[in-house]
Amino acid sequence: MNMELRESILKLIEKNSRLDLKDLAIMLDISEADVANEIADMEKEHVICGYHTLIDWEKTSKDQLTAMIEVKVTPQRGQGFDMIAERIYNFPEVKAVYLMSGGYDFMVMLEGKTMKEISLFTSSKLAPLESVVSTVTHFVLKKYKDHGTILEAKKVDKRQVVTP
Amino acid sequence: MRDFLSKQVVELEPSGIRKFFDIVSEMPDAISLGVGEPDFDTPWRVREEGIYSLEKGRTFYTSNAGLKELRREICVYLDRKYQLSYNENEIIVTVGGSEGIDITMRTVLNPGDEVIVAQPSFVSYLPCITMAGGVPVVVNLKEEDKFKLKREQLEEVVTDKTKAIFISFPNNPTGAIMTREDLEPIAEFAKEHDLLVISDEIYSELTYGTKHVSIGSFPEMKERTIVVNGFSKAFAMTGWRLGYVAGPSVIMKQMLKVHQYVIMAAPTTSQYAAIEALRYCDDEVEEMQIAYNQRRRYLVHAFEKMGLDCFEPEGAFYIFPSIKKFGMTSEEFATRLLNEQKVAIVPGSAFGECGEGYLRVSYAYSIEELKEALGRLNTFIKGLEK
Repeated sequence: MNMELRESILKLIEKNSRLDLKDLAIMLDISEADVANEIADMEKEHVICGYHTLIDWEKTSKDQLTAMIEVKVTPQRGQGFDMIAERIYNFPEVKAVYLMSGGYDFMVMLEGKTMKEISLFTSSKLAPLESVVSTVTHFVLKKYKDHGTILEAKKVDKRQVVTP
Repeated sequence: MRDFLSKQVVELEPSGIRKFFDIVSEMPDAISLGVGEPDFDTPWRVREEGIYSLEKGRTFYTSNAGLKELRREICVYLDRKYQLSYNENEIIVTVGGSEGIDITMRTVLNPGDEVIVAQPSFVSYLPCITMAGGVPVVVNLKEEDKFKLKREQLEEVVTDKTKAIFISFPNNPTGAIMTREDLEPIAEFAKEHDLLVISDEIYSELTYGTKHVSIGSFPEMKERTIVVNGFSKAFAMTGWRLGYVAGPSVIMKQMLKVHQYVIMAAPTTSQYAAIEALRYCDDEVEEMQIAYNQRRRYLVHAFEKMGLDCFEPEGAFYIFPSIKKFGMTSEEFATRLLNEQKVAIVPGSAFGECGEGYLRVSYAYSIEELKEALGRLNTFIKGLEK
């Protein structure tokens, strides 16, 4: 396993997962087969966990709201945080769960259509979980940047067309 | 009314790029591979430092040579990157590398002094020499030498009036570099003939494969070398107009007078931002270099497939393919490509007579943009071959 090669591939497809194998091979100066094998291995090992599309839903007609919920829990004997996390992340409404240092234990990202829908989920599913001590819900009002990409406007080339 | 113009200025050739620019600007939907500056934005932390310096009200002149703190950082940088050893009194911060070239010429040339210039080259070298009263003597680099300068070529043109050799590697427009082995005979030649070497190293951060070597770092070369460098290419800071000259103190002391009278001091905001760039931007510089390298490979490969001959460039962000087999001048080729496929590529002839028969293709563009332009270029070439 060539860690350096893996990293170069990952860096490129992290920004653009649609680069085709042929182009990747040329850009990295290795054979197409090598790129293909390395990617296949990383998919198998779940280093590459998926290929997603970054969408600014604001610009569509779909109603979509994101909330970030701070969750405080009491870890269960012998199971620590992982079991509780699993109870939470299995809900399809939950888009991300992180274990945190500091004032609370989990950061839970939720997506829903309305504020009501999200509060309902929190009060009926999340808060009643046995080990959950408290929740604080924050609604996202505007996304400026996501996954390293500024959502607002596409970059335009402001350079003069021909320069020495 | 009498003619108010300077004869010397009237006789200057307008830049070949300018001519081409005028045609391209008439065509708003053309896509361009003609840009000689990075497509990356200046790293945010550098821009932020510029903003901060304005907020703090640092809006006054700096000392003529530039902020001492910046000159110190430049010395540290030149030493750690290229083993060049200068102290802060041997550095002048300039308005881009361009000013550096101009004030160098004005400082070292007497009327009639000859300067050997290796071409193809950036457009300003010859006019700067002429305006300073010198006489440019062009050496035409050859593709079979990978556009490197050879000692034999210098021997052919050296006279007792020769004062300096002007080199610029990594090179705009060819993308050629000179390795330590390539530079050694040039350094020897300069010492044997007691010549000054003026080395424009503005693309020094952009080499692929081997690290850049500065001729000023060779034994006994410091006293006869002037290094021009800057922030435009390495840190994607073209619009900040900031460069510097490094040289032996006997020369720099005199050069400071020229700089002082024509410029006073380089822009203060840019100077503060540049300190940040030198101190904290190694990662950003490396990231840009990696991206350029990937695009370079992509283009070289695409040209090979298209059947466009070109040597593999190892520096800067240009590729210099030959279009000789199509039986057109590079200007004709570029003009037709622009009219028929709406792709703007600068003809090689804009960079000297020996650039005739070549194109300067810039890869300061994203892979997606390159792909689109290459597709059109390919269609154009297929059309010619029919």
